[in-house]
Amino acid sequence: MSFKIASSPHQHSQKTTAQLMKLVALAAVPGIAVQAYFFGYGVLIQLLLAISTALLCEAAVLALRAKKVKVKLLDHSALVTALLLAVAIPSYAPWWLVVIGTAFAIIVVKQLYGGLGNNLFNPAMAAYVLLLVSFPLPMTSWLPAAPLQQQSLSPADAVCTIFTNFSCSGYSISQLRQDADGISMATPLDTLKTDLSQGYTTQESMKKPVFGWLSGEGWFWVNLAYLLGGLFLLQQKVIQWRIPVAVLGSLFGFSLIAWLLSPDTNASPLFQLFSGATMLAAFFIATDPVSASTTEKGRLIFGALIGGLVFVIRSYGGYPDAFAFAVMLANMTVPLIDYYTQPRTYGHKSKGER
Amino acid sequence: MESSLMESKMNQYQELVRQGLWKNNPGLVQLLGLCPLLAVTSNLTSALGLGLATMLVLLSTNTVVSLIRNYVPNEIRIPVFVMVIASVVTVIELLMHAFMYNLYQALGIFIPLMVTNCIVIGRAEAYASKNAVAPAAFDGLMMGTGFALVLCTLGAVREVIGSGTLFAGADLLLGDWAKVLTIHLYQADNQFLLAILPPGAFLVMGFLIAGKNAVDARAAAKAKPVEQKISRARVTHVSS
Repeated sequence: MSFKIASSPHQHSQKTTAQLMKLVALAAVPGIAVQAYFFGYGVLIQLLLAISTALLCEAAVLALRAKKVKVKLLDHSALVTALLLAVAIPSYAPWWLVVIGTAFAIIVVKQLYGGLGNNLFNPAMAAYVLLLVSFPLPMTSWLPAAPLQQQSLSPADAVCTIFTNFSCSGYSISQLRQDADGISMATPLDTLKTDLSQGYTTQESMKKPVFGWLSGEGWFWVNLAYLLGGLFLLQQKVIQWRIPVAVLGSLFGFSLIAWLLSPDTNASPLFQLFSGATMLAAFFIATDPVSASTTEKGRLIFGALIGGLVFVIRSYGGYPDAFAFAVMLANMTVPLIDYYTQPRTYGHKSKGER
Repeated sequence: MESSLMESKMNQYQELVRQGLWKNNPGLVQLLGLCPLLAVTSNLTSALGLGLATMLVLLSTNTVVSLIRNYVPNEIRIPVFVMVIASVVTVIELLMHAFMYNLYQALGIFIPLMVTNCIVIGRAEAYASKNAVAPAAFDGLMMGTGFALVLCTLGAVREVIGSGTLFAGADLLLGDWAKVLTIHLYQADNQFLLAILPPGAFLVMGFLIAGKNAVDARAAAKAKPVEQKISRARVTHVSS
């Protein structure tokens, strides 16, 4: 994809798709490192599995479609899809989960729609939804952050757990998730949701050990690292500010209103911003150049829609986190948003004036 | 004279078979009746049950519509057809209620909903109201078979992927002896739920249509060089 079309020299970017994708992958490195620190080496194995599956599937479909395999493979778009899916699923999920997900993302969501640039949905998020809907149990089996884990897990344990469902010393995933009292620990968002549904107040729930400073134990740092990566992408002009700001702003705004109205039954806006997949999604997922809106006004609407949907699903929906659903729902509205937010072309008057 | 008449009749029936089962398949090409097609095909048993019921409905309605086609004024033909269809479906629903109560419960609302199945009114209007009884009935049978085949394929694929079984609960449809028909292919701790859920139906359906189109495209590519030779040989003769 290195078409050098230089008809409008005032708007010329020298970066190729491959360079952009490489920068995105690079920007995700701090987030992945922090995630590996808090949630185990499993993340790295999931990454390896996802990337190899993605490249294999992409190469196979490209060969079937009689495209130039090497050129298209080296645009690294499959790599980024695999990366986003691998960090989104639990670190110690069984190996077939990420393989099925990545294969679905690349073959069905991306290539069957016509390959890079033609997919209606964000491949990683569509695959995440597929997995979450099909295999709810392994997809929600997040281990508590490292400081809370009863058994410390070595890299060998990560391999054992992912490929055999048991760590090398014979603990199953559900045993690894237990705290000292033998109770399974859920993610902070999940814990909060369950507690609120049982009539506890937010403050009471927040006293549990899964919550740390500001948000969940470990989750705050993961989100902070992805925020840093996102700022790097902004500085490199790989992404524009509109989508992330709109996503975070609308999530903040909605949760602020809810929190001010009823602080007992709603999480604080800052908790929302630094929990779950917020930063990863706002900077890396929602900004997908293919499936997001392409106009300036449209991007603000698109981002705000995602933020609003996330707030609604997190607060009132059946799932603790919501970015995959929100992004897919917003993807569906993109053709409409783009249609109504066409910028005025130079020399033409806008629709209203004559 | 007589033999050529017989031949053209044979050709007509052959054409009906080809149209119903493949070329104009209600499920894969006309995309009619998608609602039951996608909703009840989470396993082979209910797919087969609804497929057979739809086939029976099509056979009966096409016959009746063809029988009354010369007595119904053109202006009110649609309401008349709908009444015929509604009566037939009611009969079938009552029969299933009486003899296959478990399956009747499993299929639920989709049995009465056969009234609104577009294939039924579509064939009544497009074929049965313009043709003699025998071909109309045969058309109903073939369209029904084509629809049932698609239903069964979808049901089988979704059941195998989603639950790892084939023909589970066949006894609901065929009686107690049919329990032996159930095949357990594999036992998974985590079932692939999506295949059983509605989005799985759309995905499998998409793949089926793509598969049919691929087979057609391959056949067309194969047939092309031969066709060209024939067209050169018959310059003056235009074939239909």
